[in-house]
Amino acid sequence: MSTTTLPPITPLTKKDFQTDQEVRWCPGCGDYAILSAVQSVFPELGIKRENFVVVSGIGCSSRFPYYMNTFGFHTIHGRAPAVATGIKALRPDLEVWLATGDGDALSIGGNHTIHMLRRNVGIKVLLFNNRIYGLTKGQYSPTSELNKKSKSTPFGSLDRPFNPLSLAIGAEATFVARSVDVFQGHLKETLKHAAAHKGSAFVEILQNCNIFNDGAWFSLTEREARSEHVIQLEHGKPLVFGKNRDKGIRMNGLDMEIVQLGNGVTEKDLLVHDAHHLQAAYAFQLSQMEKRPGFPTPIGVLRSWEDVPRYEDVMNQQINDVIAKRGAGDLTKLLRAGDTWEVK
Amino acid sequence: MSTLITLPPSKTKPEVIDSAVIRFAGDSGDGMQITGSQFTNTVALYGNDIRTFPDYPAEIRAPAGTLPGVSGFQLHFSSDDVSTPGDAVDVLIAMNPAALKVNVADLKANGILIVNSDSFTESDLRKAQMTANPLEDHSLDKFRLFSVELERLTRRALEHLGLDAKSMDRCKNFFALGMCYWLYNRSMDSTVRWIEDKFKGKPLLTEANKLAMKAGYSYCEATEAFQISYEIPRAQLSPGLYRNLSGNQALALGLVTASEKSGLRLFQGSYPITPASDILHELSQYKDFGVMTFQAEDEIAAITSAIGASYAGALAITSTSGPGMALKTEALGLAVAIELPLVICNIQRGGPSTGLPTKTEQADLLQALFGRNSEAPIPVIAAATPADCFWVALEACRIAVKYMVPVILLSDGYLANGAEPWHVPEVSEIPDFKVQFAKTAEGFLPYKRDPQTLARPWAVPGTPGLEHRIGGLEKQDVTGNINYEPLNHENMVRIRAAKVAGIAQDIPEIVPAGDPEGDLLIVAWGSTHGAITAAVRAQREKGHKIGHVHLRHLNPLAPNLGEVIARYKRVLVPELNMGQLLWVLRAKYLVDAVGLNKIQGRPFKQAELEQKIEEMLGSQENFA
Repeated sequence: MSTTTLPPITPLTKKDFQTDQEVRWCPGCGDYAILSAVQSVFPELGIKRENFVVVSGIGCSSRFPYYMNTFGFHTIHGRAPAVATGIKALRPDLEVWLATGDGDALSIGGNHTIHMLRRNVGIKVLLFNNRIYGLTKGQYSPTSELNKKSKSTPFGSLDRPFNPLSLAIGAEATFVARSVDVFQGHLKETLKHAAAHKGSAFVEILQNCNIFNDGAWFSLTEREARSEHVIQLEHGKPLVFGKNRDKGIRMNGLDMEIVQLGNGVTEKDLLVHDAHHLQAAYAFQLSQMEKRPGFPTPIGVLRSWEDVPRYEDVMNQQINDVIAKRGAGDLTKLLRAGDTWEVK
Repeated sequence: MSTLITLPPSKTKPEVIDSAVIRFAGDSGDGMQITGSQFTNTVALYGNDIRTFPDYPAEIRAPAGTLPGVSGFQLHFSSDDVSTPGDAVDVLIAMNPAALKVNVADLKANGILIVNSDSFTESDLRKAQMTANPLEDHSLDKFRLFSVELERLTRRALEHLGLDAKSMDRCKNFFALGMCYWLYNRSMDSTVRWIEDKFKGKPLLTEANKLAMKAGYSYCEATEAFQISYEIPRAQLSPGLYRNLSGNQALALGLVTASEKSGLRLFQGSYPITPASDILHELSQYKDFGVMTFQAEDEIAAITSAIGASYAGALAITSTSGPGMALKTEALGLAVAIELPLVICNIQRGGPSTGLPTKTEQADLLQALFGRNSEAPIPVIAAATPADCFWVALEACRIAVKYMVPVILLSDGYLANGAEPWHVPEVSEIPDFKVQFAKTAEGFLPYKRDPQTLARPWAVPGTPGLEHRIGGLEKQDVTGNINYEPLNHENMVRIRAAKVAGIAQDIPEIVPAGDPEGDLLIVAWGSTHGAITAAVRAQREKGHKIGHVHLRHLNPLAPNLGEVIARYKRVLVPELNMGQLLWVLRAKYLVDAVGLNKIQGRPFKQAELEQKIEEMLGSQENFA
């Protein structure tokens, strides 16, 4: 390393990450809030602007790179994880973020999503989940609730939705979290956790589409309902929720159950969240809880598991190991390898 | 150090001949590809010119002894120039009735036929759907038939080793190989070295295979079975160092060389598919050259990961075959729109759909030229011979990085698996094409083009001040900003087309082989090169005035092609498809060209081409 004195670095601000491009999302779209959160978090990460790459697929969410003053790549439908994997393989030092949606990541790009996660490529994935196809104007998506009436399903959808978190945990993702577009503080905190994770970080962001699926998450976001229907997971803290923080979740055998605090039941009886739990089954169970009557929807970091190397690191390490063992390749020797003969 | 087998010199004096075509045929489990490759290596090392044609079924192991399970390996070796694996066979080795039935039609009258008579039992014959035993019914009388009890003799040679019967039987191909070495008077040394390497750590198998081969050799010597042996002298190749190389090996070496010559790291995204997988196998060995091989989850991820790597500054390639090519087309359109370098190697096979996975065809030309939505021109180049794959790989990479375009490289199953001697070039004599990434923020705009090549700058992430956005949406030239205006779109479509068309100024003029003008011009591309070369040579010797143009660059075409075509009275376009280049030439040059089309999953035979030439030109008086 050089020891010369470097000029002082002016800290980056939110403004440094804004582009001169006119943002073309519908007024009132949840994507604005996500963009604002990301633009506020990036300057805090201590990473040079030129080292950020924002990659996306196709869909409303995938316009994201155009509005970020970083390197940006708006690819094709569903394929962003594969493109981003190529970028990371070559340049593990780059900070690659991926903006995708429920259709892009879980329908047309489902295969790439699970393979990126199982490889643990160091990519931060922001999955904007509005449970609808917005850019194609209102068809149901793979996260739409059963019996969803949409343009393509006037009599109701027939297929069961994916739970993105369960899918990611099933693919053995090493970091799985959820936040909500309108919970700005929580969203920023969650993004910072994701940024700090080395491997694949999968963040589902519940997002409203006020044109084609308005109120997709109102049951979670309306001020009245919020505290009853949402449980905020924090590592090392008991699972408490409710307007008066008077309800909790505890284990009963292999099952979770809701208990009323008081009458001898205290926080000590509750399940204490362990984001680093050895068993992915634990996080999986958390991801499934909202399916059960009366249970809240968890947000926060469900799983954060650092004990797996990043794909791009082992890929480069293998090359370095081979070079250390064989020496750097000599092209003349390579071309002349094997059985050769000389014609005089 | 190898322990070489020393044998007494042959008692019979070999007859000197110019060339021979030998075909090893047996069950997929009989090791015919190995046997053929070993024989090939030996004669190539000796200094014969060679061309091979491995022909194997798509099934890994079809039911033993059945017709679909037959695997063959044909080799043409000579003291002269060889450009095809040969139309007809001088020596056929048939390990079972099915192999005999499938292959005997190609054996010349009076040709040598070696059969494994142990494998002609009633049940073997039934599996091959034969009602009579051909070894007994005189149906093979027009050949020089050698019925050899390959299994019994191999077992006898190995019985003292204590191997089980199955393991002993698996050595019988080496017994047959030993016989062939005797027949053509060749040393077994290189195969001995191969066996010792292949079965390293398994002394019993090493010994068994060596002994079986030696027993086959000695069997010929002791029994004087053949009465005669042959000697094919060395070919007069131009001086230099040679090695035997298949098309896929050559392609992989070309890509590694291109990586060094461009100064870029090689990244290959690929998904296993026949007959392209060997490129992945080869490149995955070259990690000491910094080569990154990424076996993707599917064909689409294979190409899109390569696009990502190219964006980050790699020399990025993806390799595939027909069905995989179809899956990659959307991503190809993206590569056209974002104007990043990429090389897509399509090792063609018979189609449509899964088609004939292990058989050759050249029916993806129009797909390469046009198979994308909208106006998405891509340069297309094709390899003509196995060794040519090396040079074509370099050329594809050169064009891709110079013009910032995806390039499609067409090879096929016949080139991929076929082999020929390759004149190893001096690395220093291969020109560099070092790449300069954009570095300075001042004046940088992502679509500001080089006035000469129309290439946009390659600005890789991590470069301060060059932050910019690219994508598949239509964009404004120079700024790269999203733009949907009608005239802008037309302008961009025309610029992308002009950039590809402009490559025509950067490729060599066409000089036909054979006659520079005359009665007939053959225009062709790809793996038909060898058969056409041989046919043109033969027909010119008979007095016809024929030229042969073999196109390496299929898009854009060389600027003087139209002028060359006009110098001949007639034009013939032989292709292993329904007439795809023919269609292009007729459309572009308004020439009444004629096609010769074969769609059988097999290469042209020289005789088929000669027949067509004679049909077009009429037989000459001086025909024998």
